[in-house]
Amino acid sequence: MSALLEVHELTVGYGAAPVLHDVSLTVDAGQIVAVLGANGAGKTTLLRTLSGQLKSEAGRITLDDQDLRGVKVERMVRHGIAHVPEGRGVVTELTVDENLRLGGLWRKQKPKLDGIYDLFPALAQRRSHLGHQLSGGERQMLAIGRALVAEPRLLLLDEPSLGLAPKITAQIMALLRDLRDRTGLAVLLVEQNVRSALSVADQGLVLSLGRVVTRNDAAALAGDADLRHVYLGF
Amino acid sequence: MDRFLYLTFDGLSRGAVYAAFALALVLIWRAARIVNFAQGAMAVATAYAGYSVTNATGSYWLGFIVAIVGGLVLGALVERVVMRFVDHSSPLNGVVVALGLVLIIQGVLGMIYGNEFRPAPAPFSRDAFQFGGVALLSRYDLFVFAAVGAVVVLLTLLFTRTPTGLRMRAAAFAPDVSRLLGVPVSGMLTLGWALAAAVGSLAGMLVVPTELGLHPNAMDLLFISAFTAAVLGGLDSPVGAVVGGLVVGLLLTYVSGYLGATVAPMAVLILLVVVLLGRPDGLFSRAKARTA
Repeated sequence: MSALLEVHELTVGYGAAPVLHDVSLTVDAGQIVAVLGANGAGKTTLLRTLSGQLKSEAGRITLDDQDLRGVKVERMVRHGIAHVPEGRGVVTELTVDENLRLGGLWRKQKPKLDGIYDLFPALAQRRSHLGHQLSGGERQMLAIGRALVAEPRLLLLDEPSLGLAPKITAQIMALLRDLRDRTGLAVLLVEQNVRSALSVADQGLVLSLGRVVTRNDAAALAGDADLRHVYLGF
Repeated sequence: MDRFLYLTFDGLSRGAVYAAFALALVLIWRAARIVNFAQGAMAVATAYAGYSVTNATGSYWLGFIVAIVGGLVLGALVERVVMRFVDHSSPLNGVVVALGLVLIIQGVLGMIYGNEFRPAPAPFSRDAFQFGGVALLSRYDLFVFAAVGAVVVLLTLLFTRTPTGLRMRAAAFAPDVSRLLGVPVSGMLTLGWALAAAVGSLAGMLVVPTELGLHPNAMDLLFISAFTAAVLGGLDSPVGAVVGGLVVGLLLTYVSGYLGATVAPMAVLILLVVVLLGRPDGLFSRAKARTA
């Protein structure tokens, strides 16, 4: 079986200095792949390129053998890619319900929100609250919930644990694991919180200065003391 | 007392037109963060188009429809061809370009139609009905209220009840996130301009029969009054635009009724200065600053 997402020798640069060099990776359906690395390693750049927000200089991106290079950002959702950006991207002036509906607007039929509210009971109680009235954890759940309304095949998640209490982070990681097991969702998870990420991921790759330093099973990465010291800092 | 009642109804009728025009300014401000100083000139241009059709066909309503549709088209064109390419790093850029558009539009209209006032008849009688001996409302006033009321209701339904309205709001508040969710942000911006310009054209068509007639500069005072109304209500607030429009309309009629018509424009400018000094964000603005 070929992978769902295949990235081959991707090079991305802002101007003269490339931020990503020859990055290759694959994500299978039903697999969670963690992208780890220090600040400035190029993790967010990788996600932004995959969702079409940044142009790549060279390399190949395919989803189910469909070439994604040159696809406009606003068309990506039709290809099955949902991107929850850094800082979550909840539209703070809209209500919880409106934010969720927004996730399904690209389809002709009315979005089904009941399943999402079942998944996040906390949101169900706050349907008519505005985005800026929510706590950080609720915003993260709303952002993930909104991405799920689009029924993606691949979820790109940028730093979901940022600014959240460990308990909430654990809830979110458990949710990802559950979604993977139940629906076969593929997740590319960018995290600073290495422990959390590796606790839920199947595979991990470490970026350093825009290059893939290593790719391995999550368990192997978690157990590799040298790697942890050098690149991941714990 | 009779005079006061008469002036109040007259003021509300004028205010309804200001409200519609202010709403057009608010729509564009919310979508693009530009105060469209060309709104008046654009409305005049479409009113000329409308009355040309009316004169050629004899049908006011055909001309009316042409003016509104012309507003949709002109608004979309201005956004696609001009405003899209304005560097938005400084808010002044959009203003200067809009003022340039005013000069171009007014110049072209002067070349085509001449710079004298042209008659612009109203579709309904402007003679007021008598209520207990006081002339309060004309058929035309009722038409103005109905038209503006319909626009307010339709826009409210559009923005709060339809997927397109949700897309438009999201695209304005958070363009980057909206793109990730599949919203065609640039299309929503064009639609916002088109709708706003159509509402401006409606206000223009409503005001022309009550003034001296059609002239390339016919909407200058309307623009100033409506701009004051929009600032009074808060540029971000559609409700504020409507309330602001009615307040400015009442103020203008009271001042011209009791103090003389020549004082009225000055009163509007004084109100504008007072609002800008005292409450620059308007009466209906939310306290929270825009962050996204």
